[in-house]
Amino acid sequence: MKVLVPVKRVIDANIKVRVKSDQSGVELNNVKMAMNPFCEIAVEEAIRLKESGSVEEIIVVAAGPAQSQETLRTGLAMGADRAILIETDEPPEPLAVAKLLKAVVDRENPGLVILGKQAIDGDNNQTGQMLAALLGWSIGTFVSKLAVEADMIKVTREVDGGLENLELVRPSVVTVDLRLNEPRYASLPNIMKAKKKPLDTLNPEELGVDISARLEIVSVVEPPARSAGVKVESAAELVDKLKNEAKVI
Amino acid sequence: MAILVIGEHDNSELKPSTLNAVTAAQQLGAEIDLLVAGSDCSAAAEHAGRVTGVGRVLKAESPCLADALAENLAPLIVSLAGDYSHVVAPASTFGKNVMPRASALLDVQQVSDISAIESEDTFTRPIYAGNAMATVRSKDPIKLITVRTTAFEAATEDGSASIEEVTAVDDSGLSRFAGEELTRSERPELTTADIVISGGRGMQSGDNFPMLERIADKLGAAVGASRAAVDAGYVPNDYQVGQTGKVVAPDLYIAVGISGAIQHLAGMKDSKVIVAINKDEEAPIFQVADYGWVADLFEAVPQLEEALDEAS
Repeated sequence: MKVLVPVKRVIDANIKVRVKSDQSGVELNNVKMAMNPFCEIAVEEAIRLKESGSVEEIIVVAAGPAQSQETLRTGLAMGADRAILIETDEPPEPLAVAKLLKAVVDRENPGLVILGKQAIDGDNNQTGQMLAALLGWSIGTFVSKLAVEADMIKVTREVDGGLENLELVRPSVVTVDLRLNEPRYASLPNIMKAKKKPLDTLNPEELGVDISARLEIVSVVEPPARSAGVKVESAAELVDKLKNEAKVI
Repeated sequence: MAILVIGEHDNSELKPSTLNAVTAAQQLGAEIDLLVAGSDCSAAAEHAGRVTGVGRVLKAESPCLADALAENLAPLIVSLAGDYSHVVAPASTFGKNVMPRASALLDVQQVSDISAIESEDTFTRPIYAGNAMATVRSKDPIKLITVRTTAFEAATEDGSASIEEVTAVDDSGLSRFAGEELTRSERPELTTADIVISGGRGMQSGDNFPMLERIADKLGAAVGASRAAVDAGYVPNDYQVGQTGKVVAPDLYIAVGISGAIQHLAGMKDSKVIVAINKDEEAPIFQVADYGWVADLFEAVPQLEEALDEAS
């Protein structure tokens, strides 16, 4: 089975983002970028499936600016076999990404698509569900356990009340949650090897997909700031303040 | 035009998240229908009929809708959506799972997790873990929206809407529900509790969480946790408060042994009053805390328990 792993280049999770002064978005120039942490978990899971013999080939795919090549190389260094970049000027919205990915699925015929449940920039949590919809495939979201069987994929999902188990008819789309695995670091030899792995570049026109935005950004602003309050020295002082000052207990 | 709210329920009653979604819908228009799609869900439909502001309850019953499988529920939403200007669901794991599937089938770019409604087509939502607020205008003919439940009050329950049956869909046969392991608790639900007490990596072990549970029981609070505490296996996943876990905004949030990573703050910084107990006075949690107590939690929490006893 072939598995497709879509990945996204985002601001590194440890960087504090800055809003642009013209309110058009978040400052991306000269900011450290990295693979979205949930995408790392998806790549790792695909590699483990390959190591256990359920998967023969792993293709990482990204839709975004040319620099997304770096993110794809990270996936290749972790252990993916080849990469596809769908190059766009602006990062496409989730629905457009899902349409681009569908076009790639139609060309590559993977038996499974594994991707992160959300990207930590837009926090949309949509792309995997939308891709499954466009393909008419089964979907397992927020997955913390995954087992590939002959005719189905068994998943455990993290839901608000606890955990839920589903059996998905193959082929499937699975979006991964934090506790599925601990992604590996790429070793230096593997980073060198990744430079020689194939990376194809496509564009939305070749794939016949209209990626024009449906949402217009009116403004992006800082959230209301919360200021630090006072320090207390004892439990009695804390209880007194909660009771008589804040009046919350 | 009318608004369709997708009800989250367990076939016997509505989940509180639905009440927040109805309030958001009320800000969009006066005519509100509430969909209750399930199996043997008459009790949930009757509950839906009591929600203030709801004009009609649409009840769709089929065994294949019992467990809210997205593959079966999304086509039902699509079949109804043409009569509405907006389709609204809570941004719970239920809404996050099904709404994007319906959106893609309708060729609509969903707007996720909105925290404010500026106009019928313009919405504000947190991005980058709440470190920026984006206001976006949707150009799609139908708006599909998920709602941050903590940003909208719960609708009251003194209405009397009619219940109408709608045609259910056929089973897609794509997936099968195979059981669940739900956390049972006598305490209030995390996302709706007035008071939340959460533990972090500083708790050192799940065996130490009963310390927090005793305080929770004195205050009628829910117990939560940081991602670090969940990843370390101290408590189950559904305790997690943060960017990718649950978003809470109680009257009082007590953070114990939590450093205050960006992704945790994203899940609790809209709480009215925040208390932080941490032995590291440089911990970022103190930058958002109304009351900070620099102390070893293993000494401080028992003292807090005593002080609460004395004050009551």
